[in-house]
This record gives sequence, structure tokens and C-alpha cells, in this order.
Amino acid sequence: MTTTLPPPIKESGQREVFCGLTSIVWLHRRMPDAFFLVVGSRTCAHLIQSAAGVMIFAEPRFGTAILGERDLAGLADANDELDRLVAQLLARRPEIRTLFLVGSCPSEVIKLDLAKAAERLGAQHRGRVTVLNYSGSGIETTFTQGEDGALQALVPLMGAPETGTGASTGGGSGTGRAAEQLLIAGTLADAVEDRLVNLFARLGLDNVATLPPRRSTQLPRVGPGTKLLLAQPYLSGTARALIDRGAELIRAPYPLGVQGSRAWMAAAAAAFGIDPALVSAVLDPLVERGQRAMAPHRETLAGKRLFLMPDSQLEIPLARFLSQDCGMELVEVGTPYLDRQLMAAELEQLPPGTQLSEGQHVEKQLERVMAQRPDLVVCGLGLANPLEAQGIATKWSIELVFSPIHGIDQAADLAELFARPLRRRGALTFT
Amino acid sequence: MELTLWTYEGPPHVGALRIADSMEGVHYVLHAPQGDTYADLLFTMIERQQRRPPVSYTTFQARDLGGDTAELVKRTIAEAVERFRPEALLVGESCTAELIQDQPGALAAGMDLGGIPMVNLELPAYSKKENWGAAETFYQLVRTLLKPQLPPPGTPKADPSRWRAEGRRPRVNLLGASRLGFRCRDDVREITGLLASHGVDVAVVAPLGARPADLMGIPTADANVCLYPEVAGPLCSWLERSFGMATVKTVPIGVGATVTFLQELHRTLGLELPAGLIPGDDGRCDSERHSQLPWYSRSVDSTYLTGKRVFIFGDASHAIAAARIASRELGFQVVGLGTYSRELAREVRAAAAELGLEALISDDYLAVEAAMAEAAPELVLGTQMERHSAKRLGVPCAVISAPLHVQDVPARYSPVMGFEGANVLFDSWVHPLMMGLEEHLIGMFRHDFEFVDGHRSHLGEGAPSAGSSGASGSSGVSLAEPPSTGAPATAGELCWSSEGEAELAKIPFFVRPKVRRNTEAFARERGIGAITDEVLYEAKAHYSR
Repeated sequence: MTTTLPPPIKESGQREVFCGLTSIVWLHRRMPDAFFLVVGSRTCAHLIQSAAGVMIFAEPRFGTAILGERDLAGLADANDELDRLVAQLLARRPEIRTLFLVGSCPSEVIKLDLAKAAERLGAQHRGRVTVLNYSGSGIETTFTQGEDGALQALVPLMGAPETGTGASTGGGSGTGRAAEQLLIAGTLADAVEDRLVNLFARLGLDNVATLPPRRSTQLPRVGPGTKLLLAQPYLSGTARALIDRGAELIRAPYPLGVQGSRAWMAAAAAAFGIDPALVSAVLDPLVERGQRAMAPHRETLAGKRLFLMPDSQLEIPLARFLSQDCGMELVEVGTPYLDRQLMAAELEQLPPGTQLSEGQHVEKQLERVMAQRPDLVVCGLGLANPLEAQGIATKWSIELVFSPIHGIDQAADLAELFARPLRRRGALTFT
Repeated sequence: MELTLWTYEGPPHVGALRIADSMEGVHYVLHAPQGDTYADLLFTMIERQQRRPPVSYTTFQARDLGGDTAELVKRTIAEAVERFRPEALLVGESCTAELIQDQPGALAAGMDLGGIPMVNLELPAYSKKENWGAAETFYQLVRTLLKPQLPPPGTPKADPSRWRAEGRRPRVNLLGASRLGFRCRDDVREITGLLASHGVDVAVVAPLGARPADLMGIPTADANVCLYPEVAGPLCSWLERSFGMATVKTVPIGVGATVTFLQELHRTLGLELPAGLIPGDDGRCDSERHSQLPWYSRSVDSTYLTGKRVFIFGDASHAIAAARIASRELGFQVVGLGTYSRELAREVRAAAAELGLEALISDDYLAVEAAMAEAAPELVLGTQMERHSAKRLGVPCAVISAPLHVQDVPARYSPVMGFEGANVLFDSWVHPLMMGLEEHLIGMFRHDFEFVDGHRSHLGEGAPSAGSSGASGSSGVSLAEPPSTGAPATAGELCWSSEGEAELAKIPFFVRPKVRRNTEAFARERGIGAITDEVLYEAKAHYSR
């Protein structure tokens, strides 16, 4: 139980985290018919390009409308300018169906109303493109919270389930059965999603929808009868919005690792009243195979001491996976913010005494790292080489949001991501 | 408002960060929201720095905005001073902080910093960019530190040859080398060695590797060498104005420019020109022998470089230098020259005019890519952005300028300045073209049984017709390539007669595809349907003109 955990260290100070704009890097790949237009500064543009690391696309499906001095002088002008720029952009990219106006620190500070702008632009380009807005600003969001914002912006467009369809109109618990669906929220790699949907089908769950969808225009429906299963732990706002629409949140850990993924699927199955015997029949062979695949990595990781710096909000589920499945010892588990409701099923599986920390004062946290000398630190790219130079192995957290890591079948790959830096250190000698 | 997808330069505070990270003992307090710490990874990842850049971010959030962000600034400054004990403090703000107008510099000025020199950086984020920010920071920092030494107005100019009277070797400062600049680390070593071999010492290298106390020694030098005008230009002019210090302005990239640099250095310092720097009857200086480039370029193997169409884009100093080397020292034809450095646009325009070109001054990489495609080059010399564009167009590319990628910070010694730098440039520009020759070999033997299906060229199957062809001239068949991007002939409208095919088969294999293309273009232009041996010779004569 969570009561076995000491109170988290709460800190504020310099935060070595990305802002929510960063999530555009994976969102635009998930929805190839959407464009993400940041309304911000040169810093925003530089951030996304630096976080993405490579510039392989001629014209990526994201860009920045860089505010100039004139835009700051008069908001009326800024709105005109934005309209002009969007018209230009849409003329150039006729394949775009959904345009996200993404708020940034400067746009929020000057109170540029992007909701109004989205409404106005939506009317101007009606029938061609849907215009939405959300905030990815650093003053409001960290890193993965940007996805939470983008998905929340989609929720109002999601239709209600068709009512009264289906045959089961009889009384009792069967009422509305036909409208029942499982809604998985949170971006997954396409291949991983296909696999998970396929496994749910084997459990007898055929009506599975995902948010975000692969095409921005093909949004799933939501309403009473929708059971919500979160694939990512950073969707507090989206979960709330979906619950407000009548969805029912399934309490589960996140699908990272063999045990977490099994529990995640089993929780969904239980919510639909599926016979646990069927769940065992389908999943247990996978669990057995997953553990076999993970065994060599477990050997590398077991007993090693792990420190997670706050960054992607995946820290708590990862810590649970690395201690539960891989036998690692947890030194400190940082998280940008702690959502106790969404983390409930994770927190109760952390080993007693696990030290959490919320927020960040990077200097003080690094002092703790140096004092504790963990074997592996999960951190952002800015900190990785300096820690390696101090003789501490690191895993960059951004790799975790780019790699297919969810589900029982990916558990070994996920373990390998953490085992690799340790194996590599062992493989190098210069004497 | 301006739409940007990828940018050449970051915001001006990233320029300030480059100065801080280049130096020792300097700390930068940056009033900035959460997320702006991304800039750290530029240094720790691209430059593989082993320490975090010396910067403390205030990391304000929305909930702080209602409260006292000024208090947050002061707390961050006090903590940074306490923790890092810097010898000089830079205080500034990023784009968002500029809007909330806390004026962190003024706040710092009101604090007891224990006597540490503090520089209030005001870098307008909505009108200026990274290189401007670097130059301004470098200038402001040096100005702050040298204020006590400022000679009173009317003081006669320092004599750059005073070293003679003082009975010592002449000495100069090397200014402008910075982190995230192109090959700065190795350029400094190369130029330091070059100066030593001419009896000139280096007083201060800055900002790279310097401490604030070192900067105080700048006026002890006889002259300044403005190695990187993008970063050191404004400082050098101020040192000229305020301290009367002479500036050596030639950027020593390429053999010719290195010789010119040495001549300017000797002239400036009142040093007698050594024999090696005096042009002989053939116009050559003996000093050029210190680089392999002149001989490599004259050697027969380089014949095939003649007239290669080269497109150049980068920061101003590297682009100008590349144009000079390409046109004069390698015998290339420069078909495009441009820069994203608006501050130095005039210089680039002048260099382009000399080559009969109009310079492209733009920070829109799509405009640069369009110009590149239009120019149909056989080699692109550019930044990481052009490397990506060139890859899409199937044209070989060498990177000559920032913005950098991790691969532009090589482990080995590889300057681009001085005589060794010229060697490095020869190799790195010519090797992608060698791959062009190899393309023909692979294309030629593709159908041989030794070639299994999986064997693919690194350029892919779709290399464009006007781009990657590597060989002409050295074969003795002088079919020059037309500069058009002519579409390949489609089967059906043109046919080769058996005599035509037979004649074509006699042409050396590595130019055969190009001859075929040119002949077909020639035939199509004239509405000739069947290509006979005669048509082939007519085409040959046409393109030889």
C-alpha cells in the first residue's frame, strides 16, 4: 500500500525538463494528416528541432509561427498575421485535415487567445480543416503533458455512442451492452497498438478504439458504456475530460513490463466481465515467453541501483517495472508531478520505503545522485554526458517516448534499453 | 510573424550561453521558463561536453507569474553565486522573461554579489538571433571587464609594432572561437602553431578556454586577430575604437587566405615579410608548400574536379572562404553562394559579385533548398540543413559551417584554418565526389552476376540526372555536362539505332550514362527520333562548344 512509502521529497528550483511542445515530435507522426503550428518564439522552434535531434523531413508537419516585435506591439495585428500565415500554410499543405494551434510561453504571457483564433480560423477554413488549440507552454506543461493537452483538444469532437442499437434491450445488467467499448488513450507505436488490439480480440474484446487515432478525422466515440484504459500515465486532463463525457476509468497499472502489461490487460478484461480463466489461457503463455526473453537482461539489471530524474512522467511505472520485473533497487524515483489517482495502481506495487521526489531542484538532486552513486540514472539529454563523465551510467528518457516499449511482448526490449548502458560499460576497456 | 520549420540560428540567449560555456569561471543566470533548459543538450550532446553548461535557469511557471518572479530571479542569482562562485556573472532573460519585464540585470545590480563583475545582458529575443547574441555577450563582457583600463579620450593609438621597442616577441589575441562554432577547438591550435612559426605569440584566446582574468589581458597584445567575425566582429571594432588596437581581418581558411592572413599580420605588426610570403615570378608564395592542397589540386587525378558545379551556403565567413577556395584553389565553378548571417550580408554579396553571382541572403532553408535545386550543383558545401537538402536531391555534400551535428565535432584533429585546415578541406570536399565516380562503377557493373540484389549504392537508385555524376574530362571524351536539369528521355519517343548503340558502347563506361543522357537531350531538342552514330557525334560537338 502507498502508506508504506515515505512522503515524497518536494522541490522547486531549476527544472531540467522539456516543455510540452516536445510531444509534437511523436504526435505528428501518429497523426500524419495533422499539422502542429506553435505560436511562439525562435526559442520554441529551436527547442523542437534540438529535441527532435534530426532534421530529416523537408517540410515536417509542424512549424513555429515566430512572434516578431510588431506582433507584440498589437494583438490585433498578431491575429491578422496568424490568419495570413495559416492561409499560406494550408495552401501549401492541402493534405492537412486538422490544424493544432499550440500555445507557448510567449503567446500565453501576451494573452494571445488561441481558442478564439482557432474558432475564427476554423470558420474561415470550414469543410477543409478542423482547427484546434492547446497549450504546450513551459509555464503550464512539462514534456509529455503536451500530449495530454492535444488529446483534450480532440475530446469535444468525439461523437457520442450510438444509443439503442444492438439487440440487448432486455432489463438487468445487459442494458446498453452494444454501446460498450474499450477506449485506449495515449500514443502507442502503431505496431504495438495492433498487437494489443489483436490480443484484446483474443480475449473476446472486439470493440476497441484508440485515442489519438491514426487519422485525425477518425475520432473514436465516447459516452456511457465507454471504459477507458490509459496506455500512458500522463493523461490526467484527457482522462478527466473523457470521464466527464461518461467514460469509466479502469484502474490499472501501465502496460510496461511483463507483469504490468498483464495486469493492464487483465484489468480491462475484468471491467468487461471476461472470465479470468480465458485471460490466463491467452496471456500466461505470453507472460512465460516474455519472462524468458527478459531473463538475460534481468541478470544484468538485478541488484543494480537505479535513480530516476523527473522528466517524462513515465518514471513511476518504469521504476515499478525495473524493480518488479528486473530486480533493480530503487534509490530515488523523481516525477515532474504526482497524480496520485492515475498512479494509484503503480504506487502500491513499489517496494516499501521507495523514495519519491516531486518537482525538481536539479542542483540538489544531482548532489543526491553523487552522494548515492547509483549504477544507472534515467535522465534527460542535457544531463546524460555530464553524469557519464562522472562514471555513472545513464539512460536518456527521451528514447522511452520514441521506442515501442508497451506490452508483454515488448518487455524484453524495454529491459534491454536499460541493460545496454550497463553492458556497454562492461564491454569497454582501454588497457 | 514568420513561419519557421527549421532554423539556422537559435535565439540570442543561446548565443550568450555559447560564450558562457566557452569560458571558465563565468556563470550565466537566465530568467527563463521551464523547458528552456533544452539548450543544455546542445553542449552536452553535440559537443559531447563533460560538464553542464554554466547556467542557472529561474524556471518560472504560470503560478509564479501572479506572484513575485523578481524574487525568484534574486533567489536564483544568490544561489548561483553561492554555489558556483563565478569570477564573472552574466544575467539575462529568454524570450518569455523579456515580456514580463522583471529586468534581472537591474535586480542583480541592486544585490551584493561580493564584488563579482556582473554583465546585464539585454538581448532582444524578438528581433535578434544566436550569432548576434554571442557577439553582443562577448563584447559586453569584455567591455565590462576592461572598463577600469579604458585609456582617456585623446590617448594616442597603441603602436602595433611597440613590441620591438619593448624588446619582446610580438603578440596577438585570437578572438571569436566559441563552443558550437565550426571546428574552433582545432582552428585555435592550428593558428597558434602557425603564429609561433612566424615568431608571433598568442596573448589571449577568447572566449574559448579563457577566464575573466584572461580577458583583462587583452590590451597587452599588439593586435587582435578576428578569427570568427560573427562572434568577435563587434568586439574587435570596439577595441580598435577604444584601445586603438589594430585588427587582423583576413580569415585564414584556404591556402590563399592563409597566405594573405600572414601577410596582413606581418604588415600590421611591422614584421618583415619572410621570403616564403613574398610572391615569386610565377605569383606563387613558397609558403603554400606547407599545405598539400596546391599540389593535390594540380595533380592529374584532380583533373576531373575541373568546373564542378558547387553550391555554397553557410555563415558568412565560412561561405566566403569556401567560395574563394572552390573557385581559385580547386577549379570548381561556384553556381550559388549565400548566407544566413544577415549581419555580414554585405561581405557575402561582394564575394558573390566577384564570381558573377547574386548572393542568397536568407534564413529560410526551403528557399535555400529551392535555390540549390535550381542551380543543379554537383557538390553542396553547406550547413547541416543543406546536408539534409542535398541528400534529398541526391547531391553529395560536405559541411563547412554551423549549425552543427555531432559528426561535425570529430575526435581527430581537423581544423579548417591554416595550412593543415586546407588539407582537411581538400579531403572533406573531394571525397564525396570520389563517391560520385564510384557511383558510375557501381552503375556499370550492376548487371554483372557478382552483384547480388541487395547491393545498393548509398545514394539510392533515384540519384537525379543533373546531380551526382562524378566523372567527365579525365576520360579524354570531352562531353561537358549541360547545366540543365533535363528530364530523362522516356522510352518510345526516342530510339537508338544499332550503329548509335555500337558507337555508344565504345565510350568509356563511366561517362557512358552521361553521354547517353546528353545525346538524348540533344536529339529531343531537335526533334530527332532515331539516334544514329552521326547524331551522337553531332551531340558531342554541340556540348564541346
